[in-house]
Amino acid sequence: MSGFELQDAALAAKISAALAREAAGLGRAVSLMEVCGTHTMAIARHGLRRLLPPNIRLLSGPGCPVCVSAQGDIDRAVEISRLPGVITASFGDMLRVRGTRLGLDGARSAGADVRVVYSPSDAVAIARQNPGKNIVFIGAGFETTAPAIAAAALAAQEENLCNFFVLPLLKLVPPALRAILSDKSAKIDGFLLPGHVSAVIGVAPYRLLESEYKIPSVIAGFEPVEILHAVTRLAAKIKAGDASVENAYRRAVPDEGNPAALELLYKVFEPADVSWRAIGKLPGSGLMFRAAYGKFDAAQKFNIPEMESAEPPGCLCGAVLTGRALPPDCGLFGKECTPADAVGPCMVSSEGSCAAWYNYGG
Amino acid sequence: MAADRISLAHGGGGGLSRSLVEEVFAAYFENPILRQMDDAAELPVSGRRLAFTTDSFVVDPLFFPGGDIGKIAVCGTVNDLSVKGAVPRWISAAFILEEGLEISLLRRIAASMRAAADEAGVSIVTGDTKVVEKGKADKIFITTSGVGEIPDGTDVSAANVREGDVLIISGPLGAHGAAVMNARHSLGIKSGIESDCAPLNRVAAAVLQCGQVHAMRDLTRGGLAAALNEISAASNCEIELDEALVPVTPDVSAACALLGLDPLYIANEGRLAAFVPAAAAPRALADMRAQRYGESAAIGGLVLSKGKAGVRLKTRAGGLRVLRMPEGEQLPRIC
Amino acid sequence: MCLAVPGLVIKLSGSQAEVDFGGGAVRAASVQFVPQAKIGDYVLVHAGCAIQIVRREDALETLNLLKEIYG
Repeated sequence: MSGFELQDAALAAKISAALAREAAGLGRAVSLMEVCGTHTMAIARHGLRRLLPPNIRLLSGPGCPVCVSAQGDIDRAVEISRLPGVITASFGDMLRVRGTRLGLDGARSAGADVRVVYSPSDAVAIARQNPGKNIVFIGAGFETTAPAIAAAALAAQEENLCNFFVLPLLKLVPPALRAILSDKSAKIDGFLLPGHVSAVIGVAPYRLLESEYKIPSVIAGFEPVEILHAVTRLAAKIKAGDASVENAYRRAVPDEGNPAALELLYKVFEPADVSWRAIGKLPGSGLMFRAAYGKFDAAQKFNIPEMESAEPPGCLCGAVLTGRALPPDCGLFGKECTPADAVGPCMVSSEGSCAAWYNYGG
Repeated sequence: MAADRISLAHGGGGGLSRSLVEEVFAAYFENPILRQMDDAAELPVSGRRLAFTTDSFVVDPLFFPGGDIGKIAVCGTVNDLSVKGAVPRWISAAFILEEGLEISLLRRIAASMRAAADEAGVSIVTGDTKVVEKGKADKIFITTSGVGEIPDGTDVSAANVREGDVLIISGPLGAHGAAVMNARHSLGIKSGIESDCAPLNRVAAAVLQCGQVHAMRDLTRGGLAAALNEISAASNCEIELDEALVPVTPDVSAACALLGLDPLYIANEGRLAAFVPAAAAPRALADMRAQRYGESAAIGGLVLSKGKAGVRLKTRAGGLRVLRMPEGEQLPRIC
Repeated sequence: MCLAVPGLVIKLSGSQAEVDFGGGAVRAASVQFVPQAKIGDYVLVHAGCAIQIVRREDALETLNLLKEIYG
């Protein structure tokens, strides 16, 4: 396999035609939310909107860990990065998000030692190589990333490293789904669920969508034909009144997810009430270190309590993240707010809805 | 451009870089030659046509798989001249050196520059050296300028692009950006990925043989996306790129997938894009492929229409999207 | 949130593996969450951690299944 088979244009066209037939049978416009920022990017990158029928509207959800990091959390990360003797390690995604004054890239320009890493274990390596410094890893991500971060903390413990810390900005997907649906003004007829989060958490956590809200959902892969297939399945389920959770990514998602990863995740972290950008505090929606692992918590170590920072004025990220607005609805979109000079995180994050819309045409 | 201070994004080769040049430098320097804004300036010297270009090089790390700052300093200027249709002849090299830099390192860079110059058939004929205190420069900055001769009858300029012109890409994309990024951030990808850094004078001369090249661009920061957007704006034409036809090697493709990068946006240092009329394309392609550094040249797209600027991408899956001017440095991502 | 890429396990040492993501682009990855992974298996890697074993044939199966469904 060359690797591009699941981008096959002929197959995509056939699925698109089938989708058009399903959609015609719906007799109305429907809104589907794709929760995962990687889906937002994939749809935009592959130009898939052109292959969708006009009555199927795709909304982006709060599945971009950068976009949903509260302004105050960004400011905390920046403050930590500016402390003497600290090396800050971060995924590239976080670097350009603007804090109230600076982002991590701005802090770096001003002299802070901020390094991009691909893996949390790279941050542990930096700690190992720099015994005289404190290494703080900016721990943003969802359930896909949390096990790797938990493993990094345990590896640091195993090696008796006393200079490795994590600023925990981790969030959980199912509570976010609840929060979105609790706002009746967002009319969502179906969910495209995050394939790789699901590879970790499995199918069960999404059943609330059926039992409590009667909204159909499909766990989808990230290749064009997989996304088109998932959207077609959603259209069919809406038409049939079938609100069940469907796993259309079986090759990567066993029904039970990855129990070993979940076990390690919940050994190190526990659910906590955390703030999401523009949504506010959601109960049980994030992860904090358990007491036994509190020594890794950068916020505790450096005494940087939670901060509440105001959203930039005019920024519509909150509404965009919850599917109540599309990027062009924002007055700043494409004018004061562009990827080169972003106001809100949805534009600066590589997988933010606004960036996807701006860069790829929506 | 709203900024009042220079940020790293101004150096990214994308729209912000262009705004800086247009709104600050070009605004003050304004003259008919500069207004062309091609890769090299054409100088009216009695009896001959000369091309003149300059470029500064700051790269971290200084040495990376497949090249070093010296090699790209020479090749970059050779290539800017070459894509203007000029035969590169003479290069100048100015160095800003940070106090404390090892001279052995400098020797390696100088040797590399000589090797690149020899391969390209140019001489480094003049230069300058300045030393600044430790901390005032990142080890070494190199500025090269170059002069070349444009043969009679050669008229290569972005403005010449016509509707129906075919886009030829001289080889697989993204190797330089992937190699350098992997090294700079210690991203840990072990691979044979080497920078594509190379002198393109022979590749350019080969494609010019058909006598019908309308425009050429050296692909550097911002990748093919930046170059196409620049040509589109300069010629006011709409260009369509076909993703399935764009050459990318499997290892670069894999590294980009892993890091969340797009080969269309990342830097190259030994690739060019050429626009030729459709009838001339088969010959131009064959001529390019017969040259070292052009062996894997491919047709990648075409000019749809004139009168409206824009670049779009037909995706492998049959979708369609805008291919925008990239902004700022591409960074690895996990999402 | 979900950039994960499949690769072939070419070396294994405890919970550390070397994974080839294509064309010889190799990187280290942890396989502690997929302890049954063997050399020759394909794993899905996110941020340096394998989160699932994915059989190469499965991608092909997905493709064939979809071709069947949609004609």
